[in-house]
Amino acid sequence: MTPTGPRIEEYVPIVGRSTVDELRFIAGRLGGRGVQFINSTAVGGGVAEILNRMMPLLSDVGVDARWNVIKGGNQFFNVTKKFHNALHGKREDIGQADLDIFMETSARNIETMETGREIVFVHDPQPIALVKKKSGNRWLWRCHIDVSEPDPRVWSFLLGFVVSYDAAIFSAPSFSHPLPIRQFLISPSIDPLSDKNRELPPETIDAVLAKYGIPADKPIVTQISRFDRLKDPLGVIEAYRLVKPYVDCRLVLAGGTAADDPEGMAVYNEVLERASRDPDIHVLLLQQNDIEVNVLQRASSVVVQKSLREGFGLTVAEALWKGKPVVASRVGGIPLQVVHRHSGLLSRSIEGTAYAIKQMLNNPAFAARMGENGREHVKNNFLITRHLRDYLLTFLSLFMPGDVVRLQ
Amino acid sequence: MTPLARAAQPFRFYTRLHLAELTGLSAPTLPRFLEILKTAPDACVYHHTHRFLQQHQHLSPEPPNDFAFWVAESLGDEELGERLASVDTVRFSTLGALRDSLARVIEGHLSRSPSAAARRAAAGEEFHFIKDVSFIFPTPFEAWDLREFAGILKVVTIHSIYFHVFEARLRLAHKENDFSNWMENSLAESDLARRIASLDPYTHTLEALRDRIAALVARRISSAP
Repeated sequence: MTPTGPRIEEYVPIVGRSTVDELRFIAGRLGGRGVQFINSTAVGGGVAEILNRMMPLLSDVGVDARWNVIKGGNQFFNVTKKFHNALHGKREDIGQADLDIFMETSARNIETMETGREIVFVHDPQPIALVKKKSGNRWLWRCHIDVSEPDPRVWSFLLGFVVSYDAAIFSAPSFSHPLPIRQFLISPSIDPLSDKNRELPPETIDAVLAKYGIPADKPIVTQISRFDRLKDPLGVIEAYRLVKPYVDCRLVLAGGTAADDPEGMAVYNEVLERASRDPDIHVLLLQQNDIEVNVLQRASSVVVQKSLREGFGLTVAEALWKGKPVVASRVGGIPLQVVHRHSGLLSRSIEGTAYAIKQMLNNPAFAARMGENGREHVKNNFLITRHLRDYLLTFLSLFMPGDVVRLQ
Repeated sequence: MTPLARAAQPFRFYTRLHLAELTGLSAPTLPRFLEILKTAPDACVYHHTHRFLQQHQHLSPEPPNDFAFWVAESLGDEELGERLASVDTVRFSTLGALRDSLARVIEGHLSRSPSAAARRAAAGEEFHFIKDVSFIFPTPFEAWDLREFAGILKVVTIHSIYFHVFEARLRLAHKENDFSNWMENSLAESDLARRIASLDPYTHTLEALRDRIAALVARRISSAP
């Protein structure tokens, strides 16, 4: 894979020279050991997106990194999709035939893929069986999925491979389980230089608001999410209706539907129907357009993420990075990003969400402070440079065990 | 006032970065929490009493330690949350002693209010025990006297200040913070060393702490003949 993206020097104005120097220092302690990243797709999805942007940065700090993608047919990816759903806790009918298909494709990849680098870094369940090829080198498994309540049969099947790795990485504390190998907590990250997060000129913001017919005459409350029941868009409308008699505002619900989610259009239509008699509710079915998402977040007075279940919920970090006050549910990785009453407000119910939105809208100084704290928190903890640093430190920990490691 | 001395040994500024290691252990109730806390590695106690300082270095006053936050927010036990938040971390010279003190506060609370044992965190809000793995390494900066020290203090990262003030004392069991130690033993600046040691670093942001130390050093420099 030959990805392109910003170079490490472009991050210096955002994170500071010393942070970039530290990355180079740590990378230098790897002693020239090569790293091979392996996943199941080169494009589409969060994992490919982050690897595309991380590869040039690894090279810039002096790490010899390469990226390989496993091969598999439709049958294989249908099985791994079932695994994915089952790991999220959804009931799936998975039989021996599915496991056989998984093992047959894995065997072909084991046979054809070269895995001789000192560090092999495997992402998600699809390539997990490659570890059978481990031979004297160090292997890492990165799980990007919420496995807090996995289907026990699938989890146990995967554990048979996980235990052969040297370490595993999860995105939130609740995703970890007792394991016989080391496991690290590494949050995902946002890229401040991407279209979704970079600064935008006012003309761009005005043009997008005009395109969607959203006047900037009153405060805008926004949720950006796929039209998915787990994102609870109907609950957001209910919360807005509890706020509206006290604070005149607009509600923007914007997002797409996932290609593999047949329910998406049904949810979208329900939302449209529920919003139909209120001209201050704007329901936008977006095509993949990062600049428009960026604009809608920047134009908002409050950003909401009222998910019922969430992997990590990076839309929260995106909003905080733009200095926006956030009201979000206490699920998945959201409490790592929003510390209640310090960098935003957390809620558990429609009424709680409404109350928090009112607090933000009625107290602009408080809301601004939440937004400022949130931006600092994201700057320190959820940018791609921190993600890169955590990966480099994890690589080092594979060769330097212990709770206190001294580097010279 | 005595003139400023040149040290026999320079002060080498180090810095540290950290990685969070999951233990897979979690507690939904106070009794289970106490049971794990009593046997958790020191690196866990360190992580949960210092995470806010590292991750929320811009907030003032800092939110309390993770234990206090969880007890108040997820178990809804505000009284115990307040007691745990007020455990004076700066008083302890070892993580073991800090852990024992936290455990005693919880045991005392459970004996006074037995109903506290029945409180249960909502699903997904259990307390997850995490260890802190530190990576310590030298920076290019070293100071031979107070003037050089003051200049470097302005430019090192807050991670370096964090290391010399918090990590060195509690985790590496140095008797004092590293700055006071060097000033006392290499520069014979006992008064300045004592003033810095008597700051409560847990009630400052790291930038505010940098400013306070810099002000104390600047005052000593300006009083020198």
